[in-house]
Amino acid sequence: MDPIELERFERTVLPHMRAAYNLARWLARSDHDAEDVVQEACLRAFRFFGGFRGGDAKAWLLTIVRNTSYSAWHRVGTAGTTVPLDEDTPDVEDGSPGPEDLLLQKASGQEVREALDALPVEFREVVVLRELEGLSYKEIAEVTQLPIGTVMSRLARARARLRRELRERLQRGPS
Amino acid sequence: MSCGDPVSRHLEAYFDGELDLVRSLEMERHLSECEACSATLRSHRALRSALAHPSLYHEGPNGLESRVRTELRKPSKDTKSVARVGWRWRAIAASLPVIATVAWALVAIPRAPSDEQLVSQEVVSAHVRSLMAEHLTDVASSDRHTVKPWFNGKLDFSPEVKDLAGDGYPLVGGRLDYIGGRGAVALVYRRGNHPINVFIWPETDAGGDGEGSVRGYNVVRWRRAGMRYWAVSDLNLPELRELARDLQR
Repeated sequence: MDPIELERFERTVLPHMRAAYNLARWLARSDHDAEDVVQEACLRAFRFFGGFRGGDAKAWLLTIVRNTSYSAWHRVGTAGTTVPLDEDTPDVEDGSPGPEDLLLQKASGQEVREALDALPVEFREVVVLRELEGLSYKEIAEVTQLPIGTVMSRLARARARLRRELRERLQRGPS
Repeated sequence: MSCGDPVSRHLEAYFDGELDLVRSLEMERHLSECEACSATLRSHRALRSALAHPSLYHEGPNGLESRVRTELRKPSKDTKSVARVGWRWRAIAASLPVIATVAWALVAIPRAPSDEQLVSQEVVSAHVRSLMAEHLTDVASSDRHTVKPWFNGKLDFSPEVKDLAGDGYPLVGGRLDYIGGRGAVALVYRRGNHPINVFIWPETDAGGDGEGSVRGYNVVRWRRAGMRYWAVSDLNLPELRELARDLQR
């Protein structure tokens, strides 16, 4: 192990551990799984650090976190948590923005969390990357390995789905 | 809710701050006149402020970072497994002649997975993921003159793209993928109903050619012109080998 390389890694990559955990936790089902994923992802990141060309360290680490999460699902055979998406049929009708949406601001943290958790993982991850991590379309494309056009349409559909989930929860009232 | 003006298609990109200055100004002009688009924008903002609730951000447990730092400083897996055997060695040495114990320890040292095993796991995962997410290709074309230029500017190397339709392995398209912490080309071929991913990335260090089976998928790897190639498929090994031979021609 090269101490200079390790120091450079810690300085460049570890500042993004907070984001790494947040993404891992939104993709995983438990705190414990998320912690395992972050640890494994950091070790992998260090192993591959030689291949890192000094671009966007946050997007680079989040890419590895995402891949590690997906690999972990394969190992435990929960691949069924992902659903095949048809990118061509936007389900805008029931999730399109409306004037009543100003009420969404009144949703409690718990309601929003449940609504986001209810989305298929392909939708959940783009919302988390955009809204919670503040990534640009280009960075999201890098992390998810999708073309930018797909990122944009997926984000639009994810927001529509989230709006629908939230409206349903608000109509039901506090549980 | 759409006003039908072509400008309105960029509303969400405007909301995300992804428009250039000219288009942003155009959008702002439009918004000042269009109530429908202004209402849509307010709805986007309402959703964003709902998502800004601090409890949505998952903070990691205390000490996670220092655990990772400790983990990074630990010797690599090989020496760790030797250390574990060393502990066992002491327990057994109490009851057995030392020579027999040493012989046993030499046999029993568990081997850490090699880099090649790790990469083969990643390559197979990437193959499975490409099928599962129905994201086999970013550029769907059997024309290598369409597939090859598509990678321009997306990666720092340019792959050799061959169509092997004449050999019974038609090119289906290409995709960007991510193997071993770096961008890789995935060329997709098909043999009957079996999709085949061929992953390509530059590799300077010498690694051998080989083949094997990982989680039910066959893999064949080789090097050619400074590039590492991995072919993965549920196709039988002899036919996958044939594809590898054709690609090396």
